[in-house]
Amino acid sequence: MSHDIEPATGSGGRSRQQAGHAVYQELHDSDDFKELRQKYRAFAVPYTLAFLAWYLLYVVMSNWATGFMNIKLVGHINVALVFGLLQFLTTFGIAYLYSRHARTHLDPLAGELEKRYREAVQR
Amino acid sequence: MSTQTLTTILFLLVVAITVGITFWASRQTSGTADYYAGGRSFTGFQNGMAVSGDYMSAASFLGISGAIALNGYDGFLYSIGFLVAWLVALLLVAELLRNSGRYTMADQLAYRMRQRPVRTAAATSTVAVSIFYLLAQMVGAGSLVALLLGVDSTALKNLVIVGVGLLMIFYVTVGGMKGTTWVQIVKAVLLMAGTILITVLVLAKFGFNLSELLGAAAENTGKGDAFLQPGLKYGVSLTSKIDFISLGIALVLGTAGLPHILIRFYTVPTARDARKSVMWAIGLIGAFYLMTLVLGFGAAALLDTGADSKVAASGGNLASPLLAEAVGGGAGSTGGAVLLALISAVAFATILAVVAGLTLTSASSVAHDLYASVFKKGEASEKDEVRVARISAFVIGGVAIALAIPAQKLNIAFLVALAFAVAASANLPSLIYNLFWRGFNTRGATWSIYGGLVASIGLVIFSPVVSGSETALFTNHDWSWFPLSNPGIVSIPVGFLLGYLGSVTSTEPESAAAYDELEVRALTGAGAEGAVSN
Repeated sequence: MSHDIEPATGSGGRSRQQAGHAVYQELHDSDDFKELRQKYRAFAVPYTLAFLAWYLLYVVMSNWATGFMNIKLVGHINVALVFGLLQFLTTFGIAYLYSRHARTHLDPLAGELEKRYREAVQR
Repeated sequence: MSTQTLTTILFLLVVAITVGITFWASRQTSGTADYYAGGRSFTGFQNGMAVSGDYMSAASFLGISGAIALNGYDGFLYSIGFLVAWLVALLLVAELLRNSGRYTMADQLAYRMRQRPVRTAAATSTVAVSIFYLLAQMVGAGSLVALLLGVDSTALKNLVIVGVGLLMIFYVTVGGMKGTTWVQIVKAVLLMAGTILITVLVLAKFGFNLSELLGAAAENTGKGDAFLQPGLKYGVSLTSKIDFISLGIALVLGTAGLPHILIRFYTVPTARDARKSVMWAIGLIGAFYLMTLVLGFGAAALLDTGADSKVAASGGNLASPLLAEAVGGGAGSTGGAVLLALISAVAFATILAVVAGLTLTSASSVAHDLYASVFKKGEASEKDEVRVARISAFVIGGVAIALAIPAQKLNIAFLVALAFAVAASANLPSLIYNLFWRGFNTRGATWSIYGGLVASIGLVIFSPVVSGSETALFTNHDWSWFPLSNPGIVSIPVGFLLGYLGSVTSTEPESAAAYDELEVRALTGAGAEGAVSN
């Protein structure tokens, strides 16, 4: 059974790998990492469930709520079209919210942890 | 000058530009990181363009606008699934994969599992998904060119398939990831520019009033309000409704499991750039699908889409090109000829960029996963690996040509949907489990990949698509028992369930131990592969 972990950098070598291994464990146990993971999941999990549910609602309603979907709102524009366009809007919106969340809450923590890793491995 | 001449000139121009790019890129490519990942030196914006160029296939450009032109609102449902799917990639996959892998989809599994079984499994599904997708594009190329040149000859179609196949082999063997990426960027620019032009011209005909456009479409098709409502295609029976849900699920979950999309995230220097790539891709792809809405309804409003029309005969694939001709001034006019030739060339560039991406993905996986890791156990030199990747591109290209010629009677949209279903069933479960579940292990990964693969392809073999129905591949036989043509609603849960069962029925402490490391690396980028400085 071979468990070759890819070297941390292109030509890390065995000792470097083991050094990296210990550092990873150390970072994993740090409070900063726990905070990073928590902040990542706090966004990714609920939003994923939300947009999947929202999309499925749209698919199901296109099938079984045709009476509602066919209501005309303005001219020839009906609820179905607006609902579809709303899917575009929410996709753009969630993407924007995620990138903002990542920039302000995740990137600084990840950058700090990554820096600690680099310093520890180079020692 | 006739449209045929102009089209031919523009096609040759597309070929000349892309061949030039490929030669240029070949001089910038030396090691594996260059060949597989373009040196990881593309910016988020460049990669976002390339991702869009890789994703927006001829099936979306011609297929979706055609589906809208023929089926009205129901064609629009495709584009929504194709777009929303990007949130899965953005929130759950892109950055984590960028940090934990190197060149292929299998890398992040191999990070904590037994290399040989997981790489073999992942390479198998990578090649399977890519081949289905590849067939769809090549069959599409053959019939598109034949339709555009107005010659319905099998010999010409075969010639086009061989020509496209040889070009893609050339791009991939010579240009590697750098060449392929630039071909995709150029294609994305051409596609967006062409689509914007036609969209504006269509909207101008209706005073930039969407409601008026929809009204004209409903009236011209003679289908009235039903044309603007869901259900024209999928609302026929309970089976077709469930089929539609199955399709919707596969579309939304398949994108983040498409290997040719996943490996694009390795071409940027950091996870942040991977995120930017997806942001740009969402913007571009979203804008594009909004425009296909105008193109589709525009074609319905301005062209004859009745049962005997040219549009209907092409399965909708000619809706966009013929619409371009119509808004340019109609058949016989100079403007019409120019726009028709232009849009045809854009479609041609679209096909070339997508097939190149798919061939590169398969070749990378064969060389990096099967040859270097499984066969040579990691002892292959970089030079050797790149040589094998180039040979693989040749072989895969050849296989694709050989399969595409007899596959010409298969429906393109069906092949694309199948590729998405296989990607969602075989690839996505192991990706998600690996990144988020400590208990996931080698047996779970192989069970979920092979299980998802067998379930999705197997169900299609026993569906009305292959036998028993009037439109089936084999009309004279009937061995179908699975009622749906889209297997996702069953095969995706099967992939997830087998991944779970395989993991809980085996113990692999090494995999759990390495999960901590994978998790840190995936979330922080600590120790992730950096850009190559040339």
